[in-house]
Amino acid sequence: MDMPLSDTLDKDNSVTVSNEGDSNSEAPAGDSRPLAIEARGLVKRFEGTTAVDGVDISVPEGAIYGILGPNGAGKTTTLRMLLGIIDPDEGLRRVFGHDEPHEIAKLIGYLPEERGLYPSMKAYEAIGFMGALRGMPLEEGKARGRELLENHGLAHAADRQIRQLSKGMAQTVQLLGTLVHRPKLVVLDEPFSGLDAINQGKLERMIRELAENGTTVIFSTHVIHHAERLCEGVAIIAGGKVPYAGSVEAARDRIPAQVRLETRERDGRWRSALPEDARREGDFWYFSLPESGIETLLRALIEGEAGILSLSIERAGLHDAFVHIAGEAAARALEADNAAEAAR
Amino acid sequence: MSQHTHETARLTTLQAAYVIARRDFLAILFSRAFLFFLLGPLFPIIVGGLAGGIGSSVQKQTASVEVAVSMSETDSAAMVETAAALRKDVGNFVPSMVVLDADLAGEDPMAILQEQRAPFAAIISGSRQEPVITATGNQIDRWRGPVALVAATSLGSSPSNFPEIASVEVATSGADVKRDRVRTAQAGQMLLFLLTMILGGMVLSNLVEEKGNKIIEVLAAAIPMDAVFLGKLFAMLGVSFVGIAVWGSVGSLIYFGAGYESATFAAPAVGWPMFFTLGVIYFAMGYLILGSLFLSIGSMAATVREVQTLSMPVTMLQLLVFFFASYAMAAPGSTMEIAATIFPFSSPFAMLARAAQVDSLWQHALAIGWQILCVAVFVKAGASLFRRRVMKSGPRGAKSAKRRSFLSMRRKDKSQIATHY
Repeated sequence: MDMPLSDTLDKDNSVTVSNEGDSNSEAPAGDSRPLAIEARGLVKRFEGTTAVDGVDISVPEGAIYGILGPNGAGKTTTLRMLLGIIDPDEGLRRVFGHDEPHEIAKLIGYLPEERGLYPSMKAYEAIGFMGALRGMPLEEGKARGRELLENHGLAHAADRQIRQLSKGMAQTVQLLGTLVHRPKLVVLDEPFSGLDAINQGKLERMIRELAENGTTVIFSTHVIHHAERLCEGVAIIAGGKVPYAGSVEAARDRIPAQVRLETRERDGRWRSALPEDARREGDFWYFSLPESGIETLLRALIEGEAGILSLSIERAGLHDAFVHIAGEAAARALEADNAAEAAR
Repeated sequence: MSQHTHETARLTTLQAAYVIARRDFLAILFSRAFLFFLLGPLFPIIVGGLAGGIGSSVQKQTASVEVAVSMSETDSAAMVETAAALRKDVGNFVPSMVVLDADLAGEDPMAILQEQRAPFAAIISGSRQEPVITATGNQIDRWRGPVALVAATSLGSSPSNFPEIASVEVATSGADVKRDRVRTAQAGQMLLFLLTMILGGMVLSNLVEEKGNKIIEVLAAAIPMDAVFLGKLFAMLGVSFVGIAVWGSVGSLIYFGAGYESATFAAPAVGWPMFFTLGVIYFAMGYLILGSLFLSIGSMAATVREVQTLSMPVTMLQLLVFFFASYAMAAPGSTMEIAATIFPFSSPFAMLARAAQVDSLWQHALAIGWQILCVAVFVKAGASLFRRRVMKSGPRGAKSAKRRSFLSMRRKDKSQIATHY
């Protein structure tokens, strides 16, 4: 049962493998944590269109993991397959070692992208009901609902009907309903969508607290900085494929660090020490950190009498990594989504 | 990968269905929709009027029972033959006649009718010259003339010389009981049909509302869709029982308050307690079969408009099925009636009519088993359809994303072209 999925797929299995087989879907090297989620070659087609095409993901227990991609890239479909809401056409998935996620529904909390609550229910009842769906006794769920609302500064809203709450409050109520039964895995589909900056900050803190308490959190987003700030691992998804799945650090390392150099001399022998991709912008030279390392470069610049005024090494951000991995078109789509949401 | 220590942790399908049913039951009971549901019995008057034509035709057809002849062999044959010939010219004015079964021949016609040993409207005994008609008062009045006509015609003396008809009146006859039971069956069918029609629509609205509230994905993620469907079906069933209790109480108050003392319906073949029990069961099965079909439709539709479009043919089909079951009731044991008892959507109606007319119970056990199987299949199919067809994309859909990607690529191409220039 707990054999890694990669061992259970035979070689003739027609699973579509991620780009050039470079999927980094294993837990980070040296990470001995068991996997909360393990998916191999997930494929889903709808009416002839392939929505998800060979997704591989591994999420260790206790991790915060992001699924990053533009709208329509296949994030929601992937999450739905991981949760057992829909079944994959091909490939395998395991959640806490179980092939059928519904079997361990009590261990999972899920916040769908399209938020939904019964409008006539009171806030604490809605939280209790969501707990009951996950096996919590209804009365216990309602009592805990009141407690959670109080802890999040919404005690005054506990007895209000959902239809009487603001959108942000209703969203918080649904999030609390997702957590009421103390799940070990929390899956959030675009959780930051529709929240203002203050509530986004609160949600980030909540996600960190969950992970600190050992809960695995996986969320989808099209906002790179949320993933960059929170996640130890990400899966970049574009056009239904996952060209990268692994740690955020490893994604950033895919792009060589950028060197920014300012010299007193505009020309001289030292110029031959610069790499071929070096370009000048104003007073600065920009180029990738050479494979030979910074010490060799520095020596050559000094010997060539460049007159170094400043030199800094800038590590690539997740955004650069995303562009590098998923391509310009996916990055533009991502930016378009962000702009559209900001406009809303 | 290290060993996981998590045990299986989920609600059973029945527990999950209970969570849904409890929520839905309470939500519906305290909603305006329930008030409309309670007003539902006003609609029978309208639909009853529409269906009245078929109903009366069925009753008339069912009640046009035969008259038995118990004379000498020669006289009996002549009477039956003459009646058949006359019916070609004058139709139902002359009753269809049969020779009384051999095992009843020679017995007192009055005893045969009173003990309801044969389903005849009347028995003609005596001879063609001096016929004696044994029947209820109404039947004697109705058949006196036609019997005289048949006797005279068979003797070749008509139309100038009709024989004198003697009569023996009985309190009731097999035909009376049969006709009254048909009325009981019709009333049962009508009640069943109206309730299932109202409830089917309500359960569909409930599912559509949940789609509108977007709560359905929360449910689908937590529990199996079968449980969601079952919960919804049984919640509405519970609501309907509350409704029936309210209607029953109010109806009884009005009925007895108006001074009536007892029901005017004939006792059904299986007896009133069993008929009520079967009525409740067949109502539940009829509703569950139809409700599961409506839920399957709801699962296929993405919008309220689609639901309305898809449910219209089913509503029409439901009406046809009701008329089919109602018509099949006219001929117990016929191929049509057996088909109506087997076809899942008409089976509860047809079997309830059977309960009013036939006292055998084993066939009800068989029919209920079959209907439960159909409900299970429909619920399973509906849940499967829902998972396949509804949860198929994110809110903005893959098409728009593809379009955006395409547009952004075109923008990129244009900027590259501009750079070259």
